[in-house]
Amino acid sequence: MIDTNMFQLVCFYAFAAVTVVAALGVITLRNSVHAVLSLVLTFFSTACIWLLAEAEFLAIALIVVYVGAVMVLFLFVVMMLDIKQEQVREGFIKYLPVGIIVALIMLGEMLALIGVRAMHQAVMGADPAAAAGMSNTAWLGTALYTQFLLPFEVAALILTVGVVAAVVLTLRQRTGVRHQQASQQVRVNARDRVRVVKMAAEVPAAPQPAPGKETTP
Amino acid sequence: MGEQIFNQVVMPVIYILCIVLPLVITVALYVWWERKVLGWMHVRMGPNKIGPFGLLQAFADVTKLLIKEVILPTSANKALYYMAPLIALVPALAAWAVIPFNDKMVLANVNAGLLYLLAMTSLGVYGIILAGWASNSRYALLGAMRSAAQVISYELAMGLCLVCVLVLAGSLNLTDIVHAQAGSKGIFDWFMWPLLPVFIIYFISGVAETNRAPFDVAEGESEIVAGFHVEYSGSAFALFFLAEYANMILISFLAPILFMGGWLSPLPASWGLLGQASILWLFVKVFVFAFMFLWFRASFPRYRYDQIMRLGWKVFIPITIVWVLVAGCMKFFGWVTVGTGG
Repeated sequence: MIDTNMFQLVCFYAFAAVTVVAALGVITLRNSVHAVLSLVLTFFSTACIWLLAEAEFLAIALIVVYVGAVMVLFLFVVMMLDIKQEQVREGFIKYLPVGIIVALIMLGEMLALIGVRAMHQAVMGADPAAAAGMSNTAWLGTALYTQFLLPFEVAALILTVGVVAAVVLTLRQRTGVRHQQASQQVRVNARDRVRVVKMAAEVPAAPQPAPGKETTP
Repeated sequence: MGEQIFNQVVMPVIYILCIVLPLVITVALYVWWERKVLGWMHVRMGPNKIGPFGLLQAFADVTKLLIKEVILPTSANKALYYMAPLIALVPALAAWAVIPFNDKMVLANVNAGLLYLLAMTSLGVYGIILAGWASNSRYALLGAMRSAAQVISYELAMGLCLVCVLVLAGSLNLTDIVHAQAGSKGIFDWFMWPLLPVFIIYFISGVAETNRAPFDVAEGESEIVAGFHVEYSGSAFALFFLAEYANMILISFLAPILFMGGWLSPLPASWGLLGQASILWLFVKVFVFAFMFLWFRASFPRYRYDQIMRLGWKVFIPITIVWVLVAGCMKFFGWVTVGTGG
């Protein structure tokens, strides 16, 4: 018997299990490229869970932005680095106490957050997209560009500033670098490069047979 | 209950096979056609020995590839080396789920079809990068590096082109986008006229995204032998080949669907049978674009790597950003008619 709700639940647990296993892989795998790949898998299965929750725009945006662009560059950098595994494991004991403290604080904060949310909001409200009779993507777009226009624009501005800052930080003024100027190359005329000279044809002197003894080839 | 299982499990599988099997056959014929066209453009015969007009050449090549050994290079990363061709192929085939062939013929008529396509085409690069890294070869790694930078750069321009289309159409659903291009004026209702620069940029970005000539620095036979798949042989190589050609055909389908009215007729409806919308019109348009891939390959020399980056970042992205604004104005002031209303 295919029960839709039952099937959804099974799918949710399957995706959640994959997410957790992949997330554990990120921090336990020895090979750094494998670790990055399991981070990709974590993102991908998180997107699947969001699709189950009918947040289609968020799910696909996660894949396009993180899996399709950010993680590709990340993978790229990790592949270029030649990390020695012994070096990575060297500081494990030294950093362990700090790591445990950070993890405990984060756990406490998350539990507090869940507790506060649970007290304030007993039941989640109805899906506003379904209430408005729109698809998830259309509703999100409408909300972002009307109700939340100002925060949206501010976020865009902050990101732009971040991009400009990153470029400026890595910009080095080097002297003696010769750049190719594509616009100058396009603007060039044949006349500037080649001069065609008219001149009378020269008649070479008729070859004279050499006097004296002949040589045989 | 039996009927339910049939409708929910068996029918989708049959539909999927109805798309994938013709696609694979088309890839084989497309390879044959490419070699023929290149031959004609070089004033030679092309394949002409096996079957009539050399038609069975592609099938003979596939058979040969499948019975060859898949060689594993020394100290290659075994698991990733074998997984990479599959990772390249899966998104190339999965993207076909949302392609509409007709008013009714579409596997999944999803609302966010355009976003789904963007997501799937952005995943294809993983196969290339992993193949390049796992092969433990310098040529392969160089090819993978070039490919990753190129695909990410051109994905931005391509995404902005799609934004222009969806601003005009007001929908992410591919079937709705085609319907938005319907009208009484036939060819002049298509999005390619108000979005002409975007249309050209989209197709060029598509060529770059599939790593085809003149943007084939990822393979670059004369520089880095064959780039990311230099170490692959036999069926693993065949999978890369299949993924590349499936992606080319996908781009050839998307360009007509987004900009040239998909299955709509270029002639007004008053022309009788010629004015009717038909899947044949879609195939004619797809054939034109698929042919252009080959035409480019025979005509243009390979771009230099820094010039590819310049073209993507300094030419295409500024033009498309400006055209997003232009498209917004067109929509806001009603300069273009969308749908049959006009």
